Amino acid sequence: MLIEIVASVLVLLGGAFTLVGSVGLVRLPDFFTRLHAPTKATTLGVGGIVAAGLVQSAAAGTMGLSELAISLFLFITAPVSAHLLTKAVLKHRDPPAG
Amino acid sequence: MRRVLPQPLVSLMILALWIAIAPAPSLGQFVLGSAIAVAIPWFTHPFWPDPPRLVRPVAAVMLFLRVMWDIVVANVEVAWLVLGPSDRLHPKFIELPLEIDDPFVATLLASIITLTPGTLSVDIDRERRVLLVHALDVTDVPAAIDTIKRRYEAPLREIFGC
Repeated sequence: MLIEIVASVLVLLGGAFTLVGSVGLVRLPDFFTRLHAPTKATTLGVGGIVAAGLVQSAAAGTMGLSELAISLFLFITAPVSAHLLTKAVLKHRDPPAG
Repeated sequence: MRRVLPQPLVSLMILALWIAIAPAPSLGQFVLGSAIAVAIPWFTHPFWPDPPRLVRPVAAVMLFLRVMWDIVVANVEVAWLVLGPSDRLHPKFIELPLEIDDPFVATLLASIITLTPGTLSVDIDRERRVLLVHALDVTDVPAAIDTIKRRYEAPLREIFGC
């Protein structure tokens, strides 16, 4: 019971941060500020969901190694995709001053 | 040895990851994972001709924990900024002078900057040794540069001895 509650709270937290990331994508004014939102959603948003998975698998007696692998892959790939996006934009226009 | 396994540590990591994400550990998965662990460094090795050595593993663990903590704290701050009135934002481009010369370590620093919310690595200028960073809400640029250099760059240089 307690484990279900902890896991649910973590899923909700992760979901909330993912939602904030999506809201940011809509609300923020320009390309560079918008890019902050999705790189965030992958860190704490997915982090919360992965932590919930870890709690569940720990309760089930398994190690939850695949959850750790998921977060590792995300942490490696998220900055790279963000960097490729900025590269593409910089090729088309100069960064705004200031 | 070096010809078959140009980067033994990388191969070991790939094998461990393969076993970790396999639905159930078995001899077949081990053989398949080993084949992949040998093959992938053949292709990626030319990109990292001489990878830097980990000089201070304990400091690396400390930095990892610090980055995890910063991700949590700064995420809450950024969530607040996103949901609040957007005229409170002070987005800015910052030029961060790099003291790191090694491309691998510089990539690590750039990735940490992107992962810690509020800042985003945009571009790296290897000739001028400047990292272009976009910050979501910064008013004091020298202080922001100082924070990044002290919290992330200095430990990275210590960890890899460069």
